[in-house]
Amino acid sequence: MHEMSIAQSLVDIIKEEMDKHNVTKLIKVKVKYGQISAIVPEALETAFQVMTVGTRMEGAKLETEEVPLRAKCRNCSKEFSPQEDDLLIMTCPFCETEFGHEIISGKELYIEEIEAE
Amino acid sequence: MQIPVVRNILEANELIAQELSRTFLQRRILALNLMSSPGAGKTTLLEKTLTDLKGEFKMAVIEGDVQTNNDAQRVAATGAQALQINTDGGCHLDSSMVLEAVNKMDLDGVDILFIENVGNLVCPAEFSVGEDYKVTILSVAEGDDKPEKYPLIFAESKVMLLNKVDLLPYVDFSLERASNIARSLNKDIEIFPVSARTGEGLDKWYDWLRQEVDKKKKR
Repeated sequence: MHEMSIAQSLVDIIKEEMDKHNVTKLIKVKVKYGQISAIVPEALETAFQVMTVGTRMEGAKLETEEVPLRAKCRNCSKEFSPQEDDLLIMTCPFCETEFGHEIISGKELYIEEIEAE
Repeated sequence: MQIPVVRNILEANELIAQELSRTFLQRRILALNLMSSPGAGKTTLLEKTLTDLKGEFKMAVIEGDVQTNNDAQRVAATGAQALQINTDGGCHLDSSMVLEAVNKMDLDGVDILFIENVGNLVCPAEFSVGEDYKVTILSVAEGDDKPEKYPLIFAESKVMLLNKVDLLPYVDFSLERASNIARSLNKDIEIFPVSARTGEGLDKWYDWLRQEVDKKKKR
């Protein structure tokens, strides 16, 4: 359950941003996480709720959006997103090469924006 | 009002990790973050590596555990400098814990620093600790579907050690399947089938260590 540590880092960044922009109440925060990042959004939401009780962030909505996995074929260099059930044996749809692609996106974890007043 | 932020959530961890990485580079220490499930054989593999390469390299170990210092004692018995970090229930090491440990250690002349992470295939993958490479140990007793179930850790690793190959006759584990899945996520992953108990395959792992120590010395 490393979502606790992640929520703590998230809270620290939001605090900093709220101070920078002179806002006192957080309404919403939007987080993007990669499809193969080891994040369970529900766990992150729970951790965020627990950690913000009694702060300027209490009651704010945490919105999470998954960034799909995208790979670049090692053979033909074309980019593709594997099919859901085909996640790990990722066959390139263009040239059918099976292994050794490069992951371009799907591992990220970042805060995109906050809404506050 | 809408405030665009676009910041890596783990940036605080990354900053300290970068500081560690600079320290390891200045001192020309090869730093490896060892990860696996509990019971995959991390500590046994370390004991064996520390013993076999004692004459070649000066090595040190940071032991991450949820509780107890059993592992640090086992590692220290080989003569290597070992420091225990207890996470008190935490499921992974982070860069601030490793920085604290590094500050307590004598790293003079150390060639390789092994950072043995908490036994867990999920959380440690997300937190850099300033290492040159992540090394994941998967034992054949765990099943060849693990790279499929825990993609991030295998996508992030430079090396996958398939440990306990002496058990292959007794378990349904396809080295080929596990290797193919790991490679589908990670084109550059090095795969070494080994047995820390019998010593099988360890020479390839040692050669890789020699090559990387050499590379680090020349940077």
